[in-house]
Amino acid sequence: MIGNLPFVVCMILVALGLWTLVTKRNLIKLVIGIGLIESGVNLFLVSLGYVRGGIPPIYTYAPADGPMVLPTPQALTLTSIVIGVATTALMLAFAVVIYRHKGTLDARKIRDLRG
Amino acid sequence: MTVVVRTITRILFPISLVFGGYVIMHGHLTPGGGFQGGAVAASGLAMVLVAFGAKRLAEKKGLLSALESLGGVAFAALGFLGLGLTFFANILARSGGLFGGPVPYGPNPGELNTAGTLPLMNWAVGFKVLAGLGAVVLLFALFGGENDR
Amino acid sequence: MKWWLALAAFCLAAGFLIFGAVALRPFGEPRYREMDEYFIRFSQAELAANNVVTAIVFDYRGYDTLGEATVLFTAVTGVALILRRLKK
Repeated sequence: MIGNLPFVVCMILVALGLWTLVTKRNLIKLVIGIGLIESGVNLFLVSLGYVRGGIPPIYTYAPADGPMVLPTPQALTLTSIVIGVATTALMLAFAVVIYRHKGTLDARKIRDLRG
Repeated sequence: MTVVVRTITRILFPISLVFGGYVIMHGHLTPGGGFQGGAVAASGLAMVLVAFGAKRLAEKKGLLSALESLGGVAFAALGFLGLGLTFFANILARSGGLFGGPVPYGPNPGELNTAGTLPLMNWAVGFKVLAGLGAVVLLFALFGGENDR
Repeated sequence: MKWWLALAAFCLAAGFLIFGAVALRPFGEPRYREMDEYFIRFSQAELAANNVVTAIVFDYRGYDTLGEATVLFTAVTGVALILRRLKK
């Protein structure tokens, strides 16, 4: 009996990402923290759709017994993963350009708005 | 990179492309689909980029962005194909033509010639994701790579 | 002082997250599943598709996928705009 352990694990991942965002100053590490939060949210969405004793929602060679897992959270998690990849690429591009212009990745030293 | 990495890349690059194509092609039958298969093929592209340097692929940038635009336009056009009923209506399913084969109800072994516009949309989105991720990785490599061979 | 304030705020937020996860409905028993039952039952009849997830992504919720493709295109365009060669 595992109870609500999967939800708790997802929330621990989100909390680790929050901790990274609060404490770290390197821009690459901030991107890693946002990625951790995304992973936690994606895992949470998929685990919300689980049905006890369920099989994958695919009819090819499906086992005859057991209910199917809810397919809509999986489809929307696919959308979420692709959007996460896109935003991560944009953030990394900004980090590269900031390092090229300022010579540092410290978030405290690049607070000025001068170009 | 060294000759070991180059040789392994020469072997693994076609395999990754074929596996990506397989995942895209069977997207309506097995786990997978356009996004996943495109990501697999783009990982093969990134491997080539690491092994052989970005300079050799620099002129392929226009081809990649053209392929991405083509995939997006094809996806939207396939959505407009069902405009007689509604947007994104699947008019090819069970029509007997292209990808219009019948499918038995319940668990079945899976027939490739089914599901109407879904395989075509899988191919469009697969090309789009392959070209998009490849273009992003190529741009990153080209921006920082002044001193690679 | 500021450090302890940040730590307290983080502990509060993480506590709320984990309390919410524990107090959620039991794992494996989703409450509202009529829409998913419909998709599972009719995806073969309406779309002739074995993979229900692909049927949802590309047909039932095709607008979502269209927006997703737009987001991907915008991200690639933004990366290409940011990472253009400044000095030739």
